[in-house]
Amino acid sequence: MEIGKGDNIRDRSMMLKAVIIGITAGLCNGLFGSGGGIIVVPAMIHLLKVEEHDAHATAIAVILPLSLVSVLVYSKHNYFDWNTVWKVCIGGVIGSGIGAWLLPRIPVKFLSKIFAIFMILAGLRMII
Amino acid sequence: MILFLIGLASGIISGMGMGGGTILIPGLIFLANIPQHLAQSVNLSVFFPTSIVALWIHTKNKHVRYKLALKIIIAGVVGAFIGSWIAVSMSTRTLGRLFGFFILAMGIYELFRKTKTDK
Repeated sequence: MEIGKGDNIRDRSMMLKAVIIGITAGLCNGLFGSGGGIIVVPAMIHLLKVEEHDAHATAIAVILPLSLVSVLVYSKHNYFDWNTVWKVCIGGVIGSGIGAWLLPRIPVKFLSKIFAIFMILAGLRMII
Repeated sequence: MILFLIGLASGIISGMGMGGGTILIPGLIFLANIPQHLAQSVNLSVFFPTSIVALWIHTKNKHVRYKLALKIIIAGVVGAFIGSWIAVSMSTRTLGRLFGFFILAMGIYELFRKTKTDK
């Protein structure tokens, strides 16, 4: 690895990129209660040249504290309901196990396009 | 029961590596009549149990770049405060509409995104 001025500049641009990624992901995750990962993963891959598997793993480490901050702000304004959370949680934990098992067994690409259409329809319904 | 099923469905989808939250939130709103802000707060909370397990596994396999994560987190926490503060200051209708635009954009992105299997 080269040391010196070039390295310094690269560090600084890395730091700036990290800050921009962080602010954007935090804003989005807080405002919409989701979507941090959708920003962090591709941003790390394309802007910071992180390998894809590492980007997915590192994104989780990033989103966890951001979500914690957001949940605290939401719950301070009484937007928190344990009774709903635990029921959805149990389903979510079981579901993610099933999803991971299904992953190599199904046409993911086709399914993701179906979900995309669902998202577009849900989005339109919420706007109108 | 409906809450469990919505959780299950979004869990399956996120387990397959597609954004679970963008499905869970509309699911809670349309199928369980949960208001926008609460649906978002549920999604944020549901993230914890599964992601803690995933993070532990990824850490053991040395895939988590903690130094880089820390840099992003420091700025991210500021963003998270501002974003959540904006959200809780909005009316249900306004936030719902904004969220609608958000998942519309995400849906369009997902629809035209090239996946790994395209290779």
